[in-house]
Amino acid sequence: MVQNIMTKKEYQKYAESKSPKSKLFRNIIRAFWVGGMICVLGQLFTNLLKNMGVDMEEAGSITSIIMIFLGILFTGLNVYDELGRYAGAGSTVPITGFANSIVSPAMEFKSEGYIMGVGAKMFVIAGPVLVYGILASVVVGVLYYLIK
Amino acid sequence: MAEKSAGNRTVKLKSHVSIVSAASIVGPKEGMGPLGRYFDVIIEDEMWGEKSWEKAESKLVKETISKILNKSKKSPADINFVISGDLLNQCIGSNFGLRDSGIPFLGIYGACSTMGESMIIGSMLIDGGFADNVVCMTSSHFCSAEKQFRFPLELGVQRPPTAQWTVTGAGGVLLSNEGPGPVITYLTTGKIVDMGIKDANNMGAAMAPAAVDTISTHFKDTGLSPEYYDLILTGDLGAVGKSICEDLLKREGFNISERYNDCGLMIYDRKKQDTHAGGSGCGCSATVLAGYIYQEMQKGNLNKILFVPTGALLSPISTQQGESIPCIAHAVSIENR
Repeated sequence: MVQNIMTKKEYQKYAESKSPKSKLFRNIIRAFWVGGMICVLGQLFTNLLKNMGVDMEEAGSITSIIMIFLGILFTGLNVYDELGRYAGAGSTVPITGFANSIVSPAMEFKSEGYIMGVGAKMFVIAGPVLVYGILASVVVGVLYYLIK
Repeated sequence: MAEKSAGNRTVKLKSHVSIVSAASIVGPKEGMGPLGRYFDVIIEDEMWGEKSWEKAESKLVKETISKILNKSKKSPADINFVISGDLLNQCIGSNFGLRDSGIPFLGIYGACSTMGESMIIGSMLIDGGFADNVVCMTSSHFCSAEKQFRFPLELGVQRPPTAQWTVTGAGGVLLSNEGPGPVITYLTTGKIVDMGIKDANNMGAAMAPAAVDTISTHFKDTGLSPEYYDLILTGDLGAVGKSICEDLLKREGFNISERYNDCGLMIYDRKKQDTHAGGSGCGCSATVLAGYIYQEMQKGNLNKILFVPTGALLSPISTQQGESIPCIAHAVSIENR
């Protein structure tokens, strides 16, 4: 009986000491340079668009659309998950990661049909981000209105 | 005490229960692993010509049982029971894979310990005189398991180093009351052990205490020592669970380190194949047993095995509700006579 050797609490501590930790420093460096490169790419598109005479606000929107498209494209090409495995938060945090979080369940649940599969499961990862993101923006909006 | 029991929780089989044939089919990643040459079929891609991963898993089950029967030259009518289970909800891997088999079916769920559970029930059915031939098998599929238990495959996430990789594969054995081949001697049924680990990405640490409990009970019940076996083989503890299991058994007075291995560590090359702590899933212990172990026992390179598949009895819902992970391990003694 393991319980005779140590209590549950002691075991949890012991198990943690036996479990290797994620390589934090390595992961941070990877997240930093990949995430940075994704942002540089976005900036590249914005500058290009501005040089073509598009105004700043529109250039920002078009850049977002391009980056979302690229996120979707590389998810569909089975590349984005490899990038994510390497870069972690570096490829999750940018808008391309958000696109990945919607497209990947949509692909996964296609076998359950377009209604209960793709339609219903598409937001299974991104759903909470949307719900609480929108909720937060409402709260901030109300505060802004009151303070102003 | 019951006539066939030895000690508290162990059954000592009285009659002849032998493994007369075994078959395994695995995915491409397992095929590229160190045990690749021991498997009967290595499928080229994980879909295997089907429209979904669940269907592919059922096909693994269907083709594996037909291989088992072909090898033993038996027809479905000769088989009294097939005992099988898998990781999918309602065990659809087995249910659909065996729906055309025409063999009386007992569906079971023991998570990754299913192979042990099915062999325990199968051996007892034969020893009790209820059956001549029983097929015990199980399957798992990386993609269908990820879909059910974790994240979509294409989602770009990092796995922690304690995470394990679900084996794509199905394996099974035909148990019979006649025929040569390795025989089953002792069965130690596991009990549920939960030491409070909640991290579903650290199954090895969660399951190790269950393995320790079953293995130490097996030795106490039978009076055997670890030296009796050529190999003590846990199912899918992985690197973390294996080292915990070894350490805790030593504290209980059983030094198994010289003759101990884990199927999850054998099936992949962890460094080259990026599987972190090792393999897992029902198919992990089943394919290693039906492939590597069975063939090495037939060659006489291994003669006495204690096979201990381990299972984490959690569900995605219990994890979301913050529950810890109840675990189990079953031990089956397999010996060349």
